[in-house]
Amino acid sequence: MADTAIGVEGAHKKYGERAALDGLDLRVARGTVHGVLGPNGAGKTTLVRILSTLLRPDGGRIEVAGRDVVTDAREVRRRIGLLGQHAALDEELSGRQNLEMFGRLHHLGARHARVRAGELLERFGLTDTGRTAVRAYSGGMRRRLDLAASLITEPEVLFLDEPTTGLDPRGRAEVWASVRSLVGGGTTVLLTTQYLEEADQLADRISVVDHGRVVADGTADELKTLTGGDRIDVVLRDAGQLGAAVALLPLPAADISVDADRRLLSAPVVDRMAALAGVVRALEASGIEAADVALRRPTLDEVFLHLTACDDRTDRTKEAV
Amino acid sequence: MSTYVLSDCWTMTRRELAHWARQPVQVLVLLVFPVMLLLMFGYLIGGGRGVEGSYVDFLVPGMLALTMAFGLEGTMLAVTQDLNKGVIDRFRAMPMANGAVLVGRCAADMLQSAVGLAVLISVGHAIGWRTHGTPGAFLGAVGLLLLFRFAMLWIGIHLAMVAGKPEMVQAVQILVWPVGFLSNAFATPGSMPSWLGTAVEWNPMSQTATAVRDLFGGPGGEPGHVGAAVLWPLALVAVFFPLAVRRFARLSR
Ligand SMILES: Nc1ncnc2c1ncn2[C@@H]1O[C@H](COP(=O)(O)OP(=O)(O)O)[C@@H](O)[C@H]1O
Ligand SMILES: [Mg+2]
Repeated sequence: MADTAIGVEGAHKKYGERAALDGLDLRVARGTVHGVLGPNGAGKTTLVRILSTLLRPDGGRIEVAGRDVVTDAREVRRRIGLLGQHAALDEELSGRQNLEMFGRLHHLGARHARVRAGELLERFGLTDTGRTAVRAYSGGMRRRLDLAASLITEPEVLFLDEPTTGLDPRGRAEVWASVRSLVGGGTTVLLTTQYLEEADQLADRISVVDHGRVVADGTADELKTLTGGDRIDVVLRDAGQLGAAVALLPLPAADISVDADRRLLSAPVVDRMAALAGVVRALEASGIEAADVALRRPTLDEVFLHLTACDDRTDRTKEAV
Repeated sequence: MSTYVLSDCWTMTRRELAHWARQPVQVLVLLVFPVMLLLMFGYLIGGGRGVEGSYVDFLVPGMLALTMAFGLEGTMLAVTQDLNKGVIDRFRAMPMANGAVLVGRCAADMLQSAVGLAVLISVGHAIGWRTHGTPGAFLGAVGLLLLFRFAMLWIGIHLAMVAGKPEMVQAVQILVWPVGFLSNAFATPGSMPSWLGTAVEWNPMSQTATAVRDLFGGPGGEPGHVGAAVLWPLALVAVFFPLAVRRFARLSR
């Protein structure tokens, strides 16, 4: 299909006896950002390495930019950019030397490669350190240079494998801003992450991956409704009145959760507006003072825990989530 | 596509040269080590069992051949280090010519070896080594030495990929030394026990050393070894070059 940038059907990959990908399916529409969300060991890196022709799949049909990654690897390589989980830079060379080298290997020609290197250094705020050996770079600078290197040719499809893992909040914000600016240019982005917030912030659609297969996918909003829809949060001025409020508010008492430290009372709702109006009226009538009343969607954390709890198996490595 | 093969190889060669420019000390150490070996054997250990004529004239060509053989270690180490770097992933995910990474290594190592030969030849002259052949024969000898180095290079690249990790290289290094010394670099096979002499004569490095001594017109040279000194390295390259390129293309796929 012409509007499909990445098509994966039944991808399998084993390391010895261990299945890293176990029949994974994925379709990413051209020009969109797709988040692949999963805990450590879910198979994210294996997927990205197969999509970027670094690893040969054991089975399945896998196409990137309309080309088969096994039989047409070179044509795939002309159209992709890769930001791997670990820096893929020549540590002994300077940032500028790295970018010029990659430009030449993309056959831009010597002059064009030089100009492009200068542009990218400028864009990623690395002009001042362009002559320093990468070995002396900080983690954030390295990540930015790595991202610049994956953008040498303005790729059709860009793979970002945990682009912000290990970065401080500022570094993370910089990478997010760069990814957002790419999307305007029509690049298709596949981004893996363990950070639910990151997928929520950047991705149009999300596939939740666990044990080498997709356990759920959809937009962030769609995924959130999977766990049972919206909630209402009521924060009281006086924690002593929480008990009274639970008894009195027009909410199903069995579903109300109470957090005394935050003076918070929270419950799922079906009809958003009716529930909100009912709660406000009941509070006014009873004279219980509220600091805040708000409707909210569940967080992606709640979704993720819900999904992976449904699909639990024994050999999980969950500690990093 | 193939029009880019040369440019890719050149880009990868430039990469290696840029590494040198950033690490001049390392480059110097590589050049100085064989000079030290030469001086050590020339002055400290001396001898030369079974050599008729000037020992220096016998020793220097042997040291030139030995230096080419030991180049194998340097190649292996460089390749294993490179393959364990993240940048190899980026190279492999780019539309560059297959094996250009290896060709870059090859060009840099050959250049390094050529410079190393020039240094050793100069030092040899300084300690009294004289050649008695024609200038053409002299160049032929240098050519044979570099051809031998070229064979060592592709063996080194292949073994490096088989070994994988830099730690494994040490195991192979332990083998390189006996092969280097079980040659006629320092003594003639005739002066050794017969079983050892036979092994030494069969060593490809001995063939190169004998042919080179002949072309330089010094002791230890025998006519008729040039053919073997050409064929041995070519045969080794014919085996190990395709193996190395294929192995690189399939790396962790
Ligand atoms: N080179 C390898 N050799 C053996 N097992 C591996 C290798 N790479 C990954 N694995 C295993 O495959 C599974 C998926 O790994 P990976 O794709 O790296 O997951 P993620 O990137 O989501 O953390 C894990 O169980 C991991 O231990
Ligand atoms: Mg990973």
